[in-house]
Amino acid sequence: MIACGALGGHIREIAARRGWAIELHCLPSLLHNHPERIAPAAEQLARDLQGRGLRVALGYADCGSYGALDSLCERLGIRRLPGLHCYDVLAGPGRLRAMFEAEPGTYLLTDFLVRSFRRSVLAELGLEEYPELWPDYFGHYRRLVWLAQSRDAPLDAEAAAIAAMFGLPLTVIDTGTGGLERELELLVGPMPPPLEHLTGSSPPPTAPDGLVTRRHP
Amino acid sequence: MNQDELLRQLYDFTLVGNAPEVLSLTNQGLAMGLGPEMLLYEALIPSLEEVGARFERGDFFVPEMLIAGRAMAGALEVLRPLLAETGAEPIGKIVMGTVKGDVHDIGKNLVNIMFEGAGFEVIDLGVQVSPEKFIDAIKEHKPDIVGFSAFLTTTMPMFKANINALQKAGMREQVIIMVGGAPVTQEYADVVGADGYASDASAAVVRAKELLSQRRALARA
Ligand code: B12
Repeated sequence: MIACGALGGHIREIAARRGWAIELHCLPSLLHNHPERIAPAAEQLARDLQGRGLRVALGYADCGSYGALDSLCERLGIRRLPGLHCYDVLAGPGRLRAMFEAEPGTYLLTDFLVRSFRRSVLAELGLEEYPELWPDYFGHYRRLVWLAQSRDAPLDAEAAAIAAMFGLPLTVIDTGTGGLERELELLVGPMPPPLEHLTGSSPPPTAPDGLVTRRHP
Repeated sequence: MNQDELLRQLYDFTLVGNAPEVLSLTNQGLAMGLGPEMLLYEALIPSLEEVGARFERGDFFVPEMLIAGRAMAGALEVLRPLLAETGAEPIGKIVMGTVKGDVHDIGKNLVNIMFEGAGFEVIDLGVQVSPEKFIDAIKEHKPDIVGFSAFLTTTMPMFKANINALQKAGMREQVIIMVGGAPVTQEYADVVGADGYASDASAAVVRAKELLSQRRALARA
């Protein structure tokens, strides 16, 4: 499974719980700011993995690649998560559409974004260096909606701090990861055979939960 | 400082988005007797074009574009009234807006700055502009060109909705329609029936001038 770093943690947890024998390769979530780089990065990795005889799936939605991941899937005979972005997978596309229709000035958060807001949003958009750019970026937003996977007190506090930074109301929707789990189930299909049967060699070293996780710079 | 040095510095400070320096050099240039056109065409616009080129190459990202755009916008505030005084007619009038349902506007704002710098009169309708609002603005301002900007897969279909609304109002032929935004391609622009597309702000100006002169030649014929 080649996945976006923003989903990696959830995928790892779900796969471990379900006992799926998958090798998880995460690409940096920051590629979202340069979506034209997602498909080439995924392709290189997918070809390597296919070269090792592995069945490959993409833990990505379209994610602003505007069809490039779909054509990659077609070329390599692999599949991806449905929808336009991970928000669709987590909350369901219907719910998301309704949310944006009700208030186009909606800015979405996920647990990942709440946790990494400083790094993936403030730093990436240059807001730490140029705080005066805040209105250029966020001047048109009217509310924050946090699609929460698993809340706890520190995360609640982080989200509240982000809402205070925006000076906007925060709505919390507990989506959990059920939607993601259902889609992953379809993606990995019926329980794939153990790795050694696929590759004919001994599997790479596994973590205690039976999962292999690799990060790619 | 001589003229060449001033233009060079104006170019350099715009490139790094140093708004206070850009403003002060603009005023200094004017005090030295340099024309507003010279400051624009020999420093400010080439610099913003270089910013766009660096963005395309991946050397610059959004914040660098924004601060450079802001610096140039500050200079335009000073130059705008002077350009108007010279009595030169704007080379065209354009109504711009981000389509309904979308609030991404950084790209659109940069396009506006380049259009203005190139001598167009720009009427910016802002974000989340409905088809009705575009129609009202076209009636009111009688622009040569109307530009639609969209950034989300879910809002791109508004191009077609806008064009249909213009058709229904019997106004489609009155204006040149240009579209753009991160997800938009020439192919998509053709499918929805727009007249022009451009992938960045400098290309948008070039394309707009082309379309305008084609239309004017046709009108003369
Ligand atoms: C900056 C940014 C934001 C900023 C926007 C600030 C603002 N005021 O505009 C913030 C952080 C607020 C933001 C929010 C969101 N964003 Co955003 N954002 C981006 C990002 C990183 C860059 C866009 C940008 O400004 N580029 C810089 C400008 C200069 O380039 P440009 O837009 O392409 O514009 C040039 C050309 O297109 C052209 N042009 C533009 N308009 C026009 C018009 C005409 C007529 C012409 C001729 C030419 C033209 O000229 C411009 C200048 O050269 C993109 C990813 C990317 N790299 O594209 C995602 C991206 C567009 N965002 C995305 C998403 C999902 C969102 C959110 C939903 C995320 C969230 N957490 O809620 C919200 C949107 C909510 C909403 N209600 O709209 C997705 C869209 C995916 C999709 N399938 O639709 C992207 C692709 C990221 C991704 N990979 O997922 N975003």
